[in-house]
Amino acid sequence: MKMINSILLSVSLSFASVSAIADNYIIDIKGMHAAIQFKISHLGYSWLTGRFNDFDGSFNYDKNKPEASKIEIVIKTNSVDTNHAKRDKHLREEDFLDVNKYPEARFTSTSFSEKSDGTAILKGNFTLHGITKPISINVKYIGQGEDPWGGYRIGFEGETRITLADYGMTYDLGPASTEMDLFFHIEGIKI
Amino acid sequence: MIITDTKNSYGIITILLHWIMAVLIIGLFLLGEYMVDLSYYDAWYNSALWWHDSVGITIFLLLLIRIVWKLNSIKPKPLLTYKPFEIKIAKTAHVMFYILLIIICISGYFISTAKGQGIDFFGWFDVPAIMKLNEVQANLMSQAHEITTYILVALFILHTVAALNHHYFHKDITLIRMLKPLKPLKPKDNLK
Repeated sequence: MKMINSILLSVSLSFASVSAIADNYIIDIKGMHAAIQFKISHLGYSWLTGRFNDFDGSFNYDKNKPEASKIEIVIKTNSVDTNHAKRDKHLREEDFLDVNKYPEARFTSTSFSEKSDGTAILKGNFTLHGITKPISINVKYIGQGEDPWGGYRIGFEGETRITLADYGMTYDLGPASTEMDLFFHIEGIKI
Repeated sequence: MIITDTKNSYGIITILLHWIMAVLIIGLFLLGEYMVDLSYYDAWYNSALWWHDSVGITIFLLLLIRIVWKLNSIKPKPLLTYKPFEIKIAKTAHVMFYILLIIICISGYFISTAKGQGIDFFGWFDVPAIMKLNEVQANLMSQAHEITTYILVALFILHTVAALNHHYFHKDITLIRMLKPLKPLKPKDNLK
């Protein structure tokens, strides 16, 4: 936790230096109004869904200068949860996430381009299983405003698709299950 | 037929418990080694785990029965030919067997029930989960299950070599006592 906090601090400090006027947000982990979920085909017949329970991150966003927005998310791979003890154990092992060797996954944005319809394309580098690849996340703005407790919040959702083999995970789950959809539900509290 | 243990010999219950558990434990170790490398498309992928869980619980039940039985039984005396350090090593090894098996059974149970889902015992009934574990605790259980199993294998080798050594090299009744209940012993049996 300390490490994450220091990372976040340094990240938010760097945000501050990049853009002094942008609003900085911390993802609401305390109240857990955020989720990182995934979905992968099971044999081609149905969907298996799961999530990462432990993650943290922060972002900045300036509605007058959205292209300067930045986000960083750190996921503890250990926290993978598909509601099944033996599958989760297998996912933590070498065949998949190998959490002892690669305890963290990370997304660091490189660009953000907003469209007029409230959607945006967020590009960045995604590190999973020790491999970093550029990905593109389709983002949708959800809403923003004051909360009843004296804070200010903003929310987005993001969706992307990754190929497991790109991240060195080649365990054979069948031809229908080579790709995985990732969903990010992010609520930030202004800091 | 001698049912209970005596000063001379093991009874039929102890002998049966010993050998049934030996077969189940060796079988379960081999199944465990085999199943962790199965591919997702293997026909045994799901059923191997199911058998492993159910047989594991069976072993745990037998283990409990055996501990109660052992604590309430007369202990057969060591042979006169045993050296004191051999008796000490054998006793330590036997206690280790019990401790390791308890750890292996309990950690195995928690690996399967970590998410609060019970274990389907041979399709007869559900063995409920007693507590949920977080990822760190679940990983700890996995490691405990694996490490203690390998220690058990080392102990099993020692145990087997020792038994065969007594039988073929020293030519005493150590192994025979665990194969069949012995009637009153003859002087050549070298009982203390």
